[in-house]
Amino acid sequence: MLAAGLAAAAVWVLAYRSLAGVARWVTYRLAGLEPASHLASAVEFFLYEAPKVLMLLVAVVFGVGIIRSFFTPERTRRVLAGRRESAGNVLAALLGTVTPFCSCSAVPLFIGFVTTGVPLGVTFSFLISAPMVNEVAVVLLFGLLGWKVAALYMGTGLVIAIASGWTIGRLGLERFVEPWVFEVRAAAHDDADASASWADRLRAGREAVADIVGKVWPWVLGGIAVGAGIHGYVPEQFLAGIMGKGAWWSVPLAVAMGIPMYSNAAGIVPVVQALLGKGAALGTVLAFMMAVIALSLPEMIILRKVLRPPLIAAFVGVVGSGILIVGYLFNAIL
Amino acid sequence: MVITVYGPGCARCHETERVVRNVLAELQSDADLQTVSDYQAMAAAGVLATPAVAIDGVIKLSGRIPKRDEVKAWLA
Repeated sequence: MLAAGLAAAAVWVLAYRSLAGVARWVTYRLAGLEPASHLASAVEFFLYEAPKVLMLLVAVVFGVGIIRSFFTPERTRRVLAGRRESAGNVLAALLGTVTPFCSCSAVPLFIGFVTTGVPLGVTFSFLISAPMVNEVAVVLLFGLLGWKVAALYMGTGLVIAIASGWTIGRLGLERFVEPWVFEVRAAAHDDADASASWADRLRAGREAVADIVGKVWPWVLGGIAVGAGIHGYVPEQFLAGIMGKGAWWSVPLAVAMGIPMYSNAAGIVPVVQALLGKGAALGTVLAFMMAVIALSLPEMIILRKVLRPPLIAAFVGVVGSGILIVGYLFNAIL
Repeated sequence: MVITVYGPGCARCHETERVVRNVLAELQSDADLQTVSDYQAMAAAGVLATPAVAIDGVIKLSGRIPKRDEVKAWLA
């Protein structure tokens, strides 16, 4: 099994390193497109970026799938229960990045956390970090924009999750949780997957690839196709006036536009990359991306089942302010 | 025997119900299949991630779709 794994890794690396050459060959030799034309530029971009990002996704999602088999929601709750704020917020944000989570589980997870002694603010740190700082977002940013932007996104995403959760905890908003939530006598049970073998964990990795990559690949291809179009056809610096550093109102506008939009990281990052290439400022674009992913209308509708409107408004206000600060900060220092 | 599938109506939850139903039909089991989409009941059962499956009140799996072989093993 080890030998097969090493062989697969070697094939992966060889294929990955030859992608740029193959994309050029197909664009200019096989298809015979005229160099430096709009079409050739867009086609080469797509042929190089699409397989590159998909290959990175497969490798990372497989690895993260294995890591996640060590972190079940039950175990995370045990770690966080009774934890004090501050340290609890930091821990919750970090655990949010590795604990398996999907937005359809947000409500049972919320109830399970707050009824077993996880403070409200700590629960929010988890709920903010889990969708925003995830492997798909980080892989796409790394693959399309480099490790610096990926690290910046991950770092600021964690800070927003920690600070927003802490703030919500300080505001004392427990009374805006639907009262029935606290009446639930939540049963604690042992997590079924806690004692998995390595064969189980490898299977979890493969299932994660089938599940996540199987779900996001159309978004990735669609996003990169839109990105390729922008890359090939929109003139350089076209967006500098609208989304550049000089336009102070661009950051709040990007956040306001991002909230009603619903996309996952896979669809939004290629567009982000294309916008950056045309003169948009990094802070503005990161703020847009964070607003799209972290503050989505469907998730708020789901959370309305357990949260009263003032608490949802506080959540949007606090997280939105955090994203605004990040946007302005990066536009100012970069 | 009572099999409970917990899920608020997401695609993965329906898929889980389908897998369990198929296995029950294949084994000609007379186990009782219940589906729970009420959040309060889910929380009371201790479900943190959906879909989840319980056999006679004991949670066997949560957060993913079960494989057919797993379901068969629970029923045995």
